[in-house]
Amino acid sequence: MAEIPRLRHLRGRDPLGLRRALADRLLPALVGAMALLAALGLAGAQGAGRLAERWQAGAAGQLLLQLPPETEAGPLVERLAALPGTLEATLVPEERLRQLIAPWLGEVPGLPLPRMVALTLRPDADQSAFLDVVQAIPGAQLETQGAAVRQALRLAEGLQALSVAMLGVIALVGAALVAVATRAGIAARRETILILHELGARDSDIAGRFARRLARLCALGAAGGGALAVPALWALADQAIPVVLARQATAADLPWVALAALPLVAAGIGWATALVTLRAWLRRLP
Amino acid sequence: MLEPGSFTWLLGPSGAGKSSLLRLMHLSLRATEGEVQVLGADVARLPRRGFPGLRRRIGVVFQDYRLLPHLSAFENAALPLRIQGVAEARLTADVREILRWVGLLDRADAAPAALSGGEQQRLALARAVVSRPALLVADEPTGNLDEAQARRVITLLREMHRLGTTVIVATHSEALPVEYPAPALRLEAGRLVDHG
Repeated sequence: MAEIPRLRHLRGRDPLGLRRALADRLLPALVGAMALLAALGLAGAQGAGRLAERWQAGAAGQLLLQLPPETEAGPLVERLAALPGTLEATLVPEERLRQLIAPWLGEVPGLPLPRMVALTLRPDADQSAFLDVVQAIPGAQLETQGAAVRQALRLAEGLQALSVAMLGVIALVGAALVAVATRAGIAARRETILILHELGARDSDIAGRFARRLARLCALGAAGGGALAVPALWALADQAIPVVLARQATAADLPWVALAALPLVAAGIGWATALVTLRAWLRRLP
Repeated sequence: MLEPGSFTWLLGPSGAGKSSLLRLMHLSLRATEGEVQVLGADVARLPRRGFPGLRRRIGVVFQDYRLLPHLSAFENAALPLRIQGVAEARLTADVREILRWVGLLDRADAAPAALSGGEQQRLALARAVVSRPALLVADEPTGNLDEAQARRVITLLREMHRLGTTVIVATHSEALPVEYPAPALRLEAGRLVDHG
């Protein structure tokens, strides 16, 4: 059989007439809306991640030592504070403890309360010497904040996973949108595609034209959606960050890299979906 | 078997199978049985990636023209060259030459809808031959034309034959083969009944 010649690419600005068949209004608007949702999802994922990190870091090394009421706490606190690895050892005043239980038990001046020592250890501290001291005290109980932190971390990680799942759903819906738009484009340009095919255009030439057009429309839509997301995200950050991170929001708190990547990702989804849809349709032709 | 460089009439009444035979020749239909050889290639054995190259060596003129309404006459005629990736300077020269040959150079910017039936058919012919195909297939090219326009199109087809292209023209007209004598294939009910 004769060797199949290497063919050059289809030239010309728009021989398929895609600028009219795949209009630049509806699809970019829909992709823009998806991009806006994706930006919110990204911000949610990033925010939950930062919250988890902060809880993890803040809770690391925080311990509460509970002593029987009759224990002489002063020398013990001094001893604990002198141990290597202890950053801080403080006896919680009885007045403060009574304030803390007042909302639940009311004013109960006769109620004996345990002595509480709040301890902060260095994250890398060797805790064996510390545990030896604690175990030598009869009736002492040590409470780490691990359980509460683990629950909080699970919540933050759950929120993060939910945000990532939302991004996945958005990507799938976006791909479905592009597939529908591609099919509409095929329906509008069916005769043109058939003629180009019969004149010797390769499947890759025709599919590539559609894919480039749809990638461009998706990128435009996502850029618009991302731009709209900036003020919305700023408003959210401005409200949430002082509460969650105990400081004012700054421009660096917005997920700029992710926002900048949105048009590229949308273009990639549009390009790949259009290419697959067109190739599958063209395979049916003789 | 059509001889290279020949001019052949494909005759028969409507429904005889002329269009199907032509579609087999220009690869828009695949045979379910039997063997089809086009320009030396066995179509059944040709891999899919080999079809575009073979199609580019075949020009097709349809009865209903099949011009692209969103492109100008110039761009319609240029389409095969654009598909082949021909550089702009050579493309412009070739398209202008072919439009001059079919008498449409002064209508180069017109949309197909603004052309008469005869002009549209000549434009379809220009598109079919602009890339100098080895095989030219015409399916009832004069079916929608008046007598004068039909004669003009047939004259252009015969001129392509004179330049060395293998030409096959399907028609249900009995007058055209008499007026322009040439070898003919006659089909009836899907069968070849005469080859002379």
